Amino acid sequence: MDQRKDPSHDRPTDRRLMTLAPEDNVCVSCTHLPADTTLVVDGAPLIVSQAVNLGHKIARRAIAPGETIVKCGVPIGSATAPIAAGEHVHLHNMKSDYIPTYTLDDEPGYVGGRGV
Amino acid sequence: MRGFLRADGRKGIRNVLVVAYLVECAHHVAREIVAPYREQGVQLIGFPGCYPNAYAVRMLKRLCTHPNVGGALLVSLGCEGFDKRGLQKTIEESTRPVASLTIQETGGTRKTVQAGRAWVAEQLASLAALTPVPMEPNELVVGTICGGSDGTSGLTANPAMGGAFDLLIAKHAACIFEETGELVGCEAHMATRAITPALGREIIHSVVKAVRYYRTLGHGSFAVGNAEGGLTTLEEKSLGAYAKSGASPISGLLKPGDVPPRGGLYLLDMIPDGDVRFGFPNINDNVEIADLISCGAHVILFSTGRGSVVGSAIAPVIKVCANPETYRRMEDDMDVDAGRILEGRATVDEVGREIYELVLAVAGGQRTKSEVLGHQEFILTYKSFQPVGPACLPVT
Repeated sequence: MDQRKDPSHDRPTDRRLMTLAPEDNVCVSCTHLPADTTLVVDGAPLIVSQAVNLGHKIARRAIAPGETIVKCGVPIGSATAPIAAGEHVHLHNMKSDYIPTYTLDDEPGYVGGRGV
Repeated sequence: MRGFLRADGRKGIRNVLVVAYLVECAHHVAREIVAPYREQGVQLIGFPGCYPNAYAVRMLKRLCTHPNVGGALLVSLGCEGFDKRGLQKTIEESTRPVASLTIQETGGTRKTVQAGRAWVAEQLASLAALTPVPMEPNELVVGTICGGSDGTSGLTANPAMGGAFDLLIAKHAACIFEETGELVGCEAHMATRAITPALGREIIHSVVKAVRYYRTLGHGSFAVGNAEGGLTTLEEKSLGAYAKSGASPISGLLKPGDVPPRGGLYLLDMIPDGDVRFGFPNINDNVEIADLISCGAHVILFSTGRGSVVGSAIAPVIKVCANPETYRRMEDDMDVDAGRILEGRATVDEVGREIYELVLAVAGGQRTKSEVLGHQEFILTYKSFQPVGPACLPVT
């Protein structure tokens, strides 16, 4: 497997992922990852259960509800649900600690949503 | 590099003639005046509101006397509230050619378009006769903005533009980053980079003001496309946006229309002061670009992940594409392919140097993709500001 050494530690991480700071609990996808892709993260194999697009975040390890999401060494919000290692981290399982994120699903009168 | 020397000592990297409508009712007439000369450096700007606004007047005064502007034609309907005499006087004092047409007095659309085009044709000949003089990087003002951001913006284009900023600042250019509403969560770190503790406090205050403003309005500076591109929260978007500022010390805090007194890095606070009025402060990217240009920015560095195509009136826009897939899809609109960083084909430093060299080339006359494609977007909306405090600007 095409791997590179992550600057943060000695254990290799798949080239299709980027870890921005050693203390981060998420990494970033550098490409489109189909569902059920197996990747090596910090030397350990990890299965990405859902398809994840370029630029999106994946949990490096299990994250508990309420835990701070750290990217680039900086808090970017907090988990709203238990997140498994390898899971896509996005609107369905984390939130802003400043101002709520507005998406098209939040339009008044919208019926449906993502069930979160 | 070469520039067009103006009476105030500043130099322009372009020599355009602007036609400014002073109310929406004069917009069509102004656009018709510009139409035949669009490829010859005649550009349309203006303010749509009928009711007076001090910010809009200050903006048009700054824009019509911007170093890239060689002359201005003002188009008024006649009954709007805009202070057109004040604007004309400011332009006259700058020694630029200026004329004012009032549609109601000139006799309607056809006669005003005719009179306007005659004036423009006359001025174009004298503008073309102006000889450029040598210009140095320390005379440059460069602004930066991100638009259509995604999860790649903060990894590739923004840090590379930050690197270009550091190289420009090393040459004593003035560099401006902006949008305190997109720096939410970065305020404490920014304050540590301020050249004085008092400036650091002003910076924190500007972000606190932005949070209050956006909370009142109901949501932050975060578009649907940002989430589709992998950004989840405003503070995550901020983190990526902040990378545009590079690593230099922050020399000052500006508001729209404030020209940096010397080289260095500046933060532009474009969130209005006082009670929340007039709706969203930055309804789109071009509002922010116009604010940057009002501070004297000669050229704008614009990073995009999702793929924005905009340019601007007055100042050329350099498009730095963060996302390699977007670049392949929209190459005709993009000046720099920063997505190479993500694919291991270039480093942040290499792309930073490429952007730096492109800024100097564009300042030397090379046209950007958006210029070639005819992009000259412009928008000006209602805002209101108090002057910056004494701690905000460096002593020269």
